[in-house]
Amino acid sequence: MVVMLLLTRGALAQSEHVPPDPPQTHVHAMPYGEMAEMMGMDDRALFGKVMLDRLEWRDADESTYEWEAAAWYGGDFNKLWIETEGEHAGGSVADARVELLWDRILTAWWSTRLGARQDAGVGPNRGWLAFGVAGLAPGFIEVEAMAYLGDSGRSALRLSADYDLLITQRLVLQPEGELNFYGRDDPERLIGAGLSDLELGLRLRYEIRRELAPYLGVSWSKRFGDSADLAQAAGEDPDEVSWVAGIRAWF
Amino acid sequence: MPRESARIGAGLMDSFKSFGRRRFVQGLAGGALLLAHGRGRALAAGGTPAGELSGPDFHLTIDELPVNYTGAARRAVAVNGQVPAPLLRMRQGDTVTIRVTNNLREHTSIHWHGFILPADMDGVPGLSFEGIAPGTTFTYRFKVNQSGTYWYHSHSRFQEQIGLYGPIVVERRAGERHAADREHTLLLSDWTDHDPEHIYATLKRQSDYYNYGKRTVADFLADVREKGFSAAVDDRQMWGAMRMNPTDLADVTGYAYTYLLNGNTPAANWTGVFKPGERVRLRLINGSSMSFFDVRIPGLEMTVVATDGQDVEPVTVDELRIGTAEVYDVIVTPGDAAYTLFAQSMDRSGYARGTLAPRAGMTAEVPAPDARAVLTMNDMGMHHAGMDHSQMDHGAMPAVKHAPAESGPIVDMRADMPSTSLDDPGVGLRDNGRRVLTYADLKTIGGAIDQRHAAREIELHLTGHMERYIWSFNGQKFSDAQPLRFTHNERLRIVLVNDTMMTHPIHLHGMWSELTDTHGEFLVRKHTVSVRPGQRLAYEVTADALGSWAYHCHLLYHMEAGMFREVVVA
Repeated sequence: MVVMLLLTRGALAQSEHVPPDPPQTHVHAMPYGEMAEMMGMDDRALFGKVMLDRLEWRDADESTYEWEAAAWYGGDFNKLWIETEGEHAGGSVADARVELLWDRILTAWWSTRLGARQDAGVGPNRGWLAFGVAGLAPGFIEVEAMAYLGDSGRSALRLSADYDLLITQRLVLQPEGELNFYGRDDPERLIGAGLSDLELGLRLRYEIRRELAPYLGVSWSKRFGDSADLAQAAGEDPDEVSWVAGIRAWF
Repeated sequence: MPRESARIGAGLMDSFKSFGRRRFVQGLAGGALLLAHGRGRALAAGGTPAGELSGPDFHLTIDELPVNYTGAARRAVAVNGQVPAPLLRMRQGDTVTIRVTNNLREHTSIHWHGFILPADMDGVPGLSFEGIAPGTTFTYRFKVNQSGTYWYHSHSRFQEQIGLYGPIVVERRAGERHAADREHTLLLSDWTDHDPEHIYATLKRQSDYYNYGKRTVADFLADVREKGFSAAVDDRQMWGAMRMNPTDLADVTGYAYTYLLNGNTPAANWTGVFKPGERVRLRLINGSSMSFFDVRIPGLEMTVVATDGQDVEPVTVDELRIGTAEVYDVIVTPGDAAYTLFAQSMDRSGYARGTLAPRAGMTAEVPAPDARAVLTMNDMGMHHAGMDHSQMDHGAMPAVKHAPAESGPIVDMRADMPSTSLDDPGVGLRDNGRRVLTYADLKTIGGAIDQRHAAREIELHLTGHMERYIWSFNGQKFSDAQPLRFTHNERLRIVLVNDTMMTHPIHLHGMWSELTDTHGEFLVRKHTVSVRPGQRLAYEVTADALGSWAYHCHLLYHMEAGMFREVVVA
């Protein structure tokens, strides 16, 4: 009797699983958008980010501040990307660059960029067609390499890179560099053909929160060749080291 | 996007509010909590304890509820005014009727996690039904043929993150196999004061935002002292070349989370009482959205008697890692003393804590969290010169096939030499001096539900891109993938290869996942299977459940980001 009971239990252990009845109702077939809405789950949702990478005051003869900012909006594969960089000195914009780009991811670490660039500041404004790549190089180095074509046969190349070195979880040392090349002289904008300028920076920021970090740093900018001569003729120092203090923020 | 843009502002407001770090981690000790009482239940005592409902007929009402866990007033989503939702006690063999009334201003749903039931009762909007509209009541009705510990949660948006989860206990008709004098349900979760929409958007903007355990210059110098300069540099170079962070053990951490035990913060110290010498069954449920917990009770050994509701041959351990959505039943025999229930998050950024004691008000020492673990190249299933080949089972190593889409831009790594071992407790638990449970220790009593061998195999790779915060199967997000098609009543084998550096708890709805060992022999029946980074494992499935089912990573934001597939059984 006991044996029978145990056997029954053993059998029950194995047959405790009962396949479910088929569903009585079905959800109607629907396109992805409607399904995402119904599920409350959408892996194609669009996001945006606004980054003020640098808003800084420079230790210079005249009141000088610089900015570098970017914003993107889009999905995992395609984003609209706006970036701007410039310098405000002595009460007016000395130099400014704005780019509007379509960013499309190409490989795991690189995306292509295509769009337009506009320069303003000293001399006439210049418009460019912009194309290039941006991404994360081995070693977590953020890289952007852009080429530009303007009217009157102008061309330019801009390379920039930066890296975050964690001193602590919140104290971050960021080396950064940018190189500009131009295909031909543009004396009105104090630009000579060839390697025009290099800027190297080292900034130490403290992330009060990830989104908000004041920083102190040093920046070395150097102009080369004709660009250096043109700058010197205009009364600018072609080789300048300055202390900087600023704010980095994003949301 | 309107939803998101409206919340950027709210998120920023949160950002500038400062609150004490300690209070945030530990939570409030008293007062603010809604449920000071426990879920304890002496089996001898009759009646239904508060916070518990008994079947077969249930009525659940879903409302917003003001809560305050850390000193900041927030709104949760509650069932019958409770966070966590009330324990539902059912009896095996009953047909239960569960009416769910939605008083929210948005749709809701409830999924009965681990239940074998008709597809239209599974509670996944878009697949099982159309969801529960505001102001309406949906009636779930199904026969409960199984027994054991389970749980239920919302399958709508991020409601699970903000409170819509609760335990289910199904009493076995034939009596419990592993008798106990008393039982307590221990539901672990990860509360956040942040808006989950903001958390998800933040991960998309900066995926390492919540990781405050990254390697610093000081860690580098420590490595140089320990391993020498060139080894330390080599290690940085390898990780740098992969553009991966070896400290990425949790996407959302104690920076945003306060870990709860039965809805209680560590400071509130949920207490379960017992009489010394009693055999106490602890029904341990990970109802979190994004967290793995390493659970132990210093001074007590735990005898694991079930997982995911399925009885196993008893195995005694000191510690176990419970993945998101997993369930373990353990039996302990405490003496006349207080014991700390200690559940540290896998990344050691926080813990949930409670006490087992003969009387309320007693406490025991709370251990310090273990040191943070760092992933190694061996964890990643990667081949490199420094790899210890002696630990690898070459004989059992099958060829790895990566899907074509894995070469695309939304996949950041591929494990070419995955580990097939099931007896590895995982990162942070190896050689810690404690007996730690592994899947190799689990043996479901009674064997598999189906004696047939699998007639075919589906290999799925768990894939993602951490930096871009995109998650997928085989390099395809849900929106780009076709449903997986199972033939009705076939027995098939699913091989999972984890090509990411995170541990993913993979949950197949509607059908059991019967994990097999490296020789293909049945080990353990589960509803949620955690796969370590660089691991390859396999389970068999009997496709006896007609309809459309969800199949996904149970990390909430991974699911949202694309690590989800529809399974159609026809």
